[in-house]
Amino acid sequence: MNDILYKQQLSQDVFLMRLHAPLIAEERQAGQFIILQTDEDLGERIPLTIADADTVEGTITIIFQVVGKTTRHLATFEPGDELPALVGPLGKPTHIENFGRVICVGGGIGVAPLHPIAQALKKAGNHVTIITGARTRELIILEKEMKAIADELIICTDDGSYGRKGLVTAPLKELCERGSKPSMVIAIGPPVMMKFCSEATRPYNVFTQVSLNTIMVDGTGMCGGCRVNVGKEVKFVCVDGPEFDGHLVDFDNMISRLNAYKEIERRHYKCFVEKAFSDKEQEVRI
Amino acid sequence: MSYKPANELRKEAQCLLDEYLPKVSTLKVKERQKIPAQEMPVQDPEIRSHNMAEVALGYSFEQARIEAMRCLQCAKKNCMEGCPVKIDIPRFIDHIAKGEVEQAIAVVKETTLLPAVCGRVCPQEKQCQLYCTLGKSLKDIDRSVAIGRLERFVADWERIHNKTVIPFVKPATGKKVAVIGSGPAGLVAAADCRREGHHVTIFEAFHKLGGVLRYGIPEFRLPNDIIDKEIETLKAMGVEIKTNFVVGRTRKLTDLVEKDGYDAVFVGTGAGLPIFMGIEGENLVGVFSANEYLTRANLMKAFDRKADTPMYPSKNVVVLGGGNVAMDASRMARRLGAEKVYVVYRRSENEMPARKEEVLHAKEEGVDFLLLRNANRILGDEQGRVKGIECLRYELGEPDASGRRSPVVIPGSEFVLEADTVIVAVGNGSNPLISQTTPQLAVSRRGNIMVDETQKTSMDKIFAGGDIVLGAATVILAMGEGRKAAGAINTMLAGIPGQMLQ
Ligand SMILES: Cc1cc2nc3c(=O)[nH]c(=O)nc-3n(C[C@H](O)[C@H](O)[C@H](O)COP(=O)(O)OP(=O)(O)OC[C@H]3O[C@@H](n4cnc5c(N)ncnc54)[C@H](O)[C@@H]3O)c2cc1C
Ligand code: SF4
Ligand code: FES
Repeated sequence: MNDILYKQQLSQDVFLMRLHAPLIAEERQAGQFIILQTDEDLGERIPLTIADADTVEGTITIIFQVVGKTTRHLATFEPGDELPALVGPLGKPTHIENFGRVICVGGGIGVAPLHPIAQALKKAGNHVTIITGARTRELIILEKEMKAIADELIICTDDGSYGRKGLVTAPLKELCERGSKPSMVIAIGPPVMMKFCSEATRPYNVFTQVSLNTIMVDGTGMCGGCRVNVGKEVKFVCVDGPEFDGHLVDFDNMISRLNAYKEIERRHYKCFVEKAFSDKEQEVRI
Repeated sequence: MSYKPANELRKEAQCLLDEYLPKVSTLKVKERQKIPAQEMPVQDPEIRSHNMAEVALGYSFEQARIEAMRCLQCAKKNCMEGCPVKIDIPRFIDHIAKGEVEQAIAVVKETTLLPAVCGRVCPQEKQCQLYCTLGKSLKDIDRSVAIGRLERFVADWERIHNKTVIPFVKPATGKKVAVIGSGPAGLVAAADCRREGHHVTIFEAFHKLGGVLRYGIPEFRLPNDIIDKEIETLKAMGVEIKTNFVVGRTRKLTDLVEKDGYDAVFVGTGAGLPIFMGIEGENLVGVFSANEYLTRANLMKAFDRKADTPMYPSKNVVVLGGGNVAMDASRMARRLGAEKVYVVYRRSENEMPARKEEVLHAKEEGVDFLLLRNANRILGDEQGRVKGIECLRYELGEPDASGRRSPVVIPGSEFVLEADTVIVAVGNGSNPLISQTTPQLAVSRRGNIMVDETQKTSMDKIFAGGDIVLGAATVILAMGEGRKAAGAINTMLAGIPGQMLQ
């Protein structure tokens, strides 16, 4: 169980892994996530969206970016290794139907969870426009896969090294302005990007769904650590979400909550990297 | 009360033993009443508020015997009336008085599976010890026979001396029982169904077993070793365990029966949903539910510097609530380095639902109690972090119909406490996962699963018990329900021919 079958580096800090998890593969639907640990005793629990699944082979695919100690550790796992703890699928699945014209916006690593949703929307008969954004050409992922689904694909890079120069919000705005209004927008990516996508569509009154990846502990509604303000209500992302109406989410609060442990995490990460380095040195010396 | 180290208490008890042993069989009630009640040896408060080790150290053999000799061996066993699982209290205590610990534990185990846990966490002052004739005759419930401490003593003795007997398991029946959740309710249900020879699988959402015993109640009150030992016993009995398995998500409840061939299911998923107060500022950085705070510290071992799960760095902590959860959170905060910890509670100390001993221990460890006060709003700085909490003062009003005096706010009594962390411990709702994904299952308005007098739910073959049925209750009540459900499951399964018998 939980064996890593395949690993691929997609860009400098982004990895794709295929895991043997037949039960999760069977139940999983677009929009759901898993929680994993790289150490069952002292490891932390981190949520990652399921990017893809294969019920025949009993596998799920995750795509993650190295941002902290756990993802860094995860990146050191190789095919044949076993993941100590993996639980899922968690969260409510994305509601899929033929809405009409849908715009899917993915920022950075958010393109990974967007992929199965865009795929399902296309299959349901929607006209799907995909906008993806990355800092630079090197960091663009899943271009080929997205191209295969999209009726229209727009790629943006911050530095203009590929596709359009600029942020995803620019083409998003244009599409909202253009003739017939889109039926809905789905935006997945860094919190700031989702915030600005929601701001971009607000004046046009286009329903904008965002997928939140807050700090989580249990992922089953027990701790409340994942809570966000949605309109006047407090919601638990792990059981009420992860998808919410972007026009109602209090992104500023969410972003400050996401940063709650930044200092400590930076320290943990530094210790881990330093230790890895000194281990390497030792190996070299031996 | 001045602090007495354990060896001193043991020596005092030894002297008493020398005095009482020769005449124990002829002691009159009056004389027994005069035997001094035995104090629980504890770690020095100064030291323990900086470590995670268990606070209460447990009676020595000498202390246990003296305490047991205080029991009047009443013909009318009042204490048993207060015990939810009806342990034969005077009989097990009599064995201790005679020095027969092995027989004593056997009596306890006739009716309860987790005495090492219950001896530590049951609210004895509201159960057996409330009814104890000795306490009544001395007009001081604190001087009732210390039944809980004696229960703990025999259970620890069994564990430490490696006398744990793996319960006898009947020959395989070929029938399968699924137990969802590994809290006290699930553990007991699993053991009881396994004893009958059924194949039992425990499904647990977390990576470790024990439920609240593991993630909620801290090491300093209930060491993990004890839970580990109980789980080892279950494994030795042949119970199958599947962790990281969320029923409702990883597999539907109905699939367990329809696709995986389970003949019966016990749902013991607990009261997982933290309740917040709904006040301004509750989502600021630095506000936690007690569940989250304690889970990080206990299950995720955030107190261990090697652990990856971070703990919010706190100096001034305010804990809202007055139950065991609030006591655990406040004492944990002290241990994690908080300089100032306040417990803010709306009523007076008399109404606090926490075990008396925990309140006492919290006070000894430097936790400050602000009673008849309640949070009004939480104040944040520019970065969205907690910087203080505004509270209001209350007074107890006229008794209502039920005779309880409810707190009434004193207008204009606002005051501000400086704080960087607020922990909300005002209760738990029911975990919605199973009911959300099993619409056929009848639940109450508050989300608790509805059961009949045998713990059966509205669905065939599905039973439930513990906090998911009762709302946030106690370990012993959860265990009791697990046992009752297992009984009903065993009866039901006895009526169906097993696959191997066909
Ligand atoms: C901090 C704290 C202190 C307490 N102190 C005391 C005390 O001193 N004395 C006392 O008597 N009581 C105390 N209690 C209450 C007591 O712990 C509970 O009443 C008791 O644990 C309930 O047992 P249970 O088996 O019903 O559920 P729980 O112990 O809550 O266990 C439920 C288990 O089910 C798992 N689960 C949930 N959903 C799923 C799912 N869908 N699939 C698989 N697994 C699932 C959970 O992860 C959990 O492990 C305390 C509670 C807390 C939180
Ligand atoms: S009521 Fe008290 S004194 Fe009487 S038998 Fe029970 S424990 Fe002993
Ligand atoms: S992660 Fe704990 S409630 Fe959502």
